[in-house]
Amino acid sequence: MNIQTNRRDLLKAAGALVVAFEIPMAAQLASAADDLGPGLPGSLKANPKVSSWLRIEADGRVHLLVGKVELGQGILTAVSQICADELDIDIKRLRLTSGDTWLVPNEGTTAGSFSMPDCGSAVRAVSADARKILVDLAAAKLGVDADKLTVNDGTISSPDGKKTTYWDLVIGDEMKVDATAKAPLKPYAAHRYSGKSIPRVDIPAKATGGQIWIQDLRPEGMVHGRAVRPPQYDAKLLDVDVAAVEKMPGVLRVIRDGNFLGVIAEREEQVLAAAAALRRNSKWELPKDAPTSDGTQDWLLAQKTKDIVIKDQAKPANLQAAATVEATYRRPFVMHGSIGPSTAIGTLGADGVMTIQTHSQSVFETGNAIAMMLGVDKTKVHMQHHQGSACYGHNAADDAAADAALLARALPGRPVRVQWTRNDEHKWEPYNSAMQLKIKAQVDAKGDIIDWDYQLWSTAHGTRPGNIAGNLLPARHLAKPFEFPVPVNGGPPNYSADRNAIALYDFPGQKVTTHFITSYAARVSSTRGLGAYSNVFAIESFMDELAARAKVDPVEYRLRHLKDERARAVIQKAAETFGWSKWEKKPNRGRGIAFARYKNLAAFCAIAIEVEVNPSTGKIRLLRAVAANDSGEVVNPDGVKNQIEGGMIQSLSWTMKEAVRFDASGVRSEDWTSYPILSFTEVPPIEVVLVDRPGAVFLGTGEASQGPTSAALANAVFDATNTRVRDLPLTPARVKAAINA
Amino acid sequence: MTALKVNGRTHQLNVADDVPLLYALRNDLKLNGPKYGCGLSQCGACTVIIDGQAVRSCVTSVGAVVGQEIITLEGLGDEKNPSKLQKAFIEEQAAQCGYCMNGMIMRSKVLLDNNPKPTDGEIRQALDGNLCRCGVHNRVVRAVLRASQEA
Repeated sequence: MNIQTNRRDLLKAAGALVVAFEIPMAAQLASAADDLGPGLPGSLKANPKVSSWLRIEADGRVHLLVGKVELGQGILTAVSQICADELDIDIKRLRLTSGDTWLVPNEGTTAGSFSMPDCGSAVRAVSADARKILVDLAAAKLGVDADKLTVNDGTISSPDGKKTTYWDLVIGDEMKVDATAKAPLKPYAAHRYSGKSIPRVDIPAKATGGQIWIQDLRPEGMVHGRAVRPPQYDAKLLDVDVAAVEKMPGVLRVIRDGNFLGVIAEREEQVLAAAAALRRNSKWELPKDAPTSDGTQDWLLAQKTKDIVIKDQAKPANLQAAATVEATYRRPFVMHGSIGPSTAIGTLGADGVMTIQTHSQSVFETGNAIAMMLGVDKTKVHMQHHQGSACYGHNAADDAAADAALLARALPGRPVRVQWTRNDEHKWEPYNSAMQLKIKAQVDAKGDIIDWDYQLWSTAHGTRPGNIAGNLLPARHLAKPFEFPVPVNGGPPNYSADRNAIALYDFPGQKVTTHFITSYAARVSSTRGLGAYSNVFAIESFMDELAARAKVDPVEYRLRHLKDERARAVIQKAAETFGWSKWEKKPNRGRGIAFARYKNLAAFCAIAIEVEVNPSTGKIRLLRAVAANDSGEVVNPDGVKNQIEGGMIQSLSWTMKEAVRFDASGVRSEDWTSYPILSFTEVPPIEVVLVDRPGAVFLGTGEASQGPTSAALANAVFDATNTRVRDLPLTPARVKAAINA
Repeated sequence: MTALKVNGRTHQLNVADDVPLLYALRNDLKLNGPKYGCGLSQCGACTVIIDGQAVRSCVTSVGAVVGQEIITLEGLGDEKNPSKLQKAFIEEQAAQCGYCMNGMIMRSKVLLDNNPKPTDGEIRQALDGNLCRCGVHNRVVRAVLRASQEA
């Protein structure tokens, strides 16, 4: 196959997606230059050349190149909206390339609601810079002062009718200059695209069977590969009958490298049959005394920990405690569970370059990690991002890319497509860590909090490839294995296991201690919100417990402890939208509210939920839910609502249903029957209200609603049953047991 | 050779009878609509319509559907001329990633063919076996209601 031709075709395909997406999932985008702080904003710092980001193309188009990638959250449309506004062009003129390591600026990983702060703010500034360069060129050409010129869709006009266009002006290196981030930004009122619910243009292709997914790529000469994973973490391959599998129909290669087993065949059904035979023909030694999911909470407390005090504010000595209240909350391992299993295509070209189509969130770092695994220079690995099924953090996308590289190396010249099975995806993706949260509060005579002690136990929330081969699953299974690095916990201001562990409330005293565990009970890494989901569940459940103890309405109790005006506003807005003050209690029905500001520096979100609980079965029926959200300036209202509602539904699923099960024989949550998620008949009506703040910094949306949703639900169950359930998930059996306790 | 009737055309395929229909559609006919999600008939991403029924193509063998009328997402309409139901999904922006959308549309098409004016509850019942992880369930229900009202 001609890799170059194929590459161009793929780029064309990517170009066709251009304006396809939309909406900022999130994030902080400075709307005024003075919000940007010193120096160049976001990813411009590391990639200052205007031409790295923007090219004025001869055919009347503008090519925008970004390092962040589309994960189903709409980031590419958001930056298109921003670029079109700042550059004064119709959005249809934009051609967009993202996530190709040979073409785009390196913007690191697409994660943590950083796409808009990193990429959005860079695109805004560089587009304004580019406009200024172009207007200055026009001023010289037309002999008119720059400040007298106007721009309309790339056509620059003078008051006396002289005209030129961006495409007439740029003929050479005019854009190969460093950005200044000093060009004036458009005032909010002058935005043509930002602030509007522009429909996503990727949806028509997705609704009609267009070629838009990585799964839909079919380069010429493509063959199918599969890795055969061990039966359990750390199992060792004792013996395998490779010869029998090599004789099977269509089989092109069988690869054994230490504990890594793989096979390539001409057709997909052939590779699946061969992989099944390889599994049957292999003998493995299983590790002894592996942790089990049932023992996870005891395991967490038994581990050696790194203890970090992340907040230590002493209570003023004059405050007297009337009582001390304590509670412990527990959360199991939970999976990403993307509906489409991870996929990649690897091709080893005649030039020695390994080209990999991938839906990785971190094309640059993962490419470098794969180069390390292959033992080649990092310039010999070329990563190209294509959309995969939605990604909610570090799932198996990078491992599939590594599988594709290992298999493609064994069959040079042929594109090798790897798609994980559902079973592999469920059992081998890195989960969100189980956690235990202990809170002890001292309250005064009115029941108000005067001192707060919060302790959390967690394994890692970040084991992304990060340029290191040992973070790639198959690299650890090779005959010369790459060592799995000891994980670290991310520090301030974003934090990791302890994200949102510091309560935003104005307690007179507050101490927060992270007990970070570097060993593993199950494979873990970043999942939407990291530790924030669990920490907000614990904090907001406990606030509700203390409000009930003080016999104070939970909305009022929160407001008493909270000065931040924007935080108060979303709580009040959620309560008002829910009809909190007019709500009447009925038998077995309850309401709950909860709040968080994601990372304590991003979006403000409050959730209220109404439930009915069947006391004889413990089954929760979700009646309705409302959200009030403040993400700063809203670029695409419908996109923000979609993210908030989707986050709520995903969180309801985690909170009511999900726990990864594993025992001595390995992971037992191996499909959708053994790991059920929320279904259509269980999803409640949801109302999302946005607090729009034109001109304010963008705060991010994608991870705002999961934490508050979990506690709002637990609080509603308490209100319905007068029973507090502190262990997740809130299954009927657990709710029923708590009611009967 | 096996003859498969897909979207109104008969195709001669050189595949064994026991090959899952999903792979024949995706790999031999190069159709993108039906998706591999689980291979276990649990998620619905691979749904196609066969003789008027919503069928999971990942657990249906090619040999079992010879001579039957198979319709995929592509058979309902294309980007230029989407069907009423596809148009309703686009207008309601009923997706985040959209990987499950094929199954949502195909299952809903069968529902509407049999029950042109379904209630919210009937739509949820019909789609209860179709999984979505991004949380666009309510948008999907609105899209099906919209299509039924415009019918």
